Amino acid sequence: MKFGVIQFPGSNCDQDCLAAVNGIPGLEAEYVWHKNTSLDGYDAIVLPGGFSYGDYLRCGAIARFSPIMSSVVEQARKGTLVIGTCNGFQILCEIGLLPGALVRNRKLHFVCDLITMRVEVPDSAFTHGCAQGSLLRMPIAHGEGCYFADEKTLRDLNERDQVILRYATGDGKIEASANPNGSIENIAGICNREGNVFGLMPHPDRACEERLGSADGRKIFESMMRTVEARRERAA
Amino acid sequence: MKVKVVVTPKAAVLDPQGAAVRDAMQHLGMPEVQAVRIGKYLEIEVDDKTPDLDSRLNDLCRDLLSNPVIEDYEVVK
Repeated sequence: MKFGVIQFPGSNCDQDCLAAVNGIPGLEAEYVWHKNTSLDGYDAIVLPGGFSYGDYLRCGAIARFSPIMSSVVEQARKGTLVIGTCNGFQILCEIGLLPGALVRNRKLHFVCDLITMRVEVPDSAFTHGCAQGSLLRMPIAHGEGCYFADEKTLRDLNERDQVILRYATGDGKIEASANPNGSIENIAGICNREGNVFGLMPHPDRACEERLGSADGRKIFESMMRTVEARRERAA
Repeated sequence: MKVKVVVTPKAAVLDPQGAAVRDAMQHLGMPEVQAVRIGKYLEIEVDDKTPDLDSRLNDLCRDLLSNPVIEDYEVVK
């Protein structure tokens, strides 16, 4: 099963994503340069973290116009799994594949930490195999990760089970003290209405080996693999 | 001609930069400052003989220069 990791000028987690995916038996990943215009042949697409186009104007604002992004939208509409971590999440919001936006952290600081999230939707394409309420630990490193959505969008997200992950305390409570960036309702990761496009500020790509502090990121990529396998079995 | 575009955060969006600057202004002896909002200001040199300039500029502001989820914009000529 093949994942395509898109490289924008300024991406800096592309190698982490490639190594993380390649480290999971059954998965292989290769880079796709942002000037390419085709994503045919990939079972899933990864938009990595970093500072695409220097974060000029707004994070992700210029990357969304990269030539490859038309193919990302096309694949997303076809149901291909798309995951955006950190800057990738910002790009997915800018292009409108995910609702809402990511703005400056409430306390203005760049935050670099290992945080805990609670799984809110256990049967999503990206958290399959994670129990409801189970906790995932992953690193964060961002200055603009405060998730914002207007009231109606937020209501829709909650009603349609699109809020996949929330920042939580070590014992699983969703409270302000566990919110590293001021995100509305402690939102750490959301999916689109169809459930095949997922964005999160934390880095599953940097949490795929115990010696790095956590291997919980593997669960996200393994879940994607199982989702694609299940689709293939249904199609066969 | 020079077109000026002003992009500002929507009222519902937190503007922590603005709040920090407000606090600094109050601290520096201007307690009357009640609120500060920080946006962006762009100057764009453009050939004013271009057809459909207004509508194309508006498209540009909506799609690139601002994010309508969090920002408003104004074009000043």
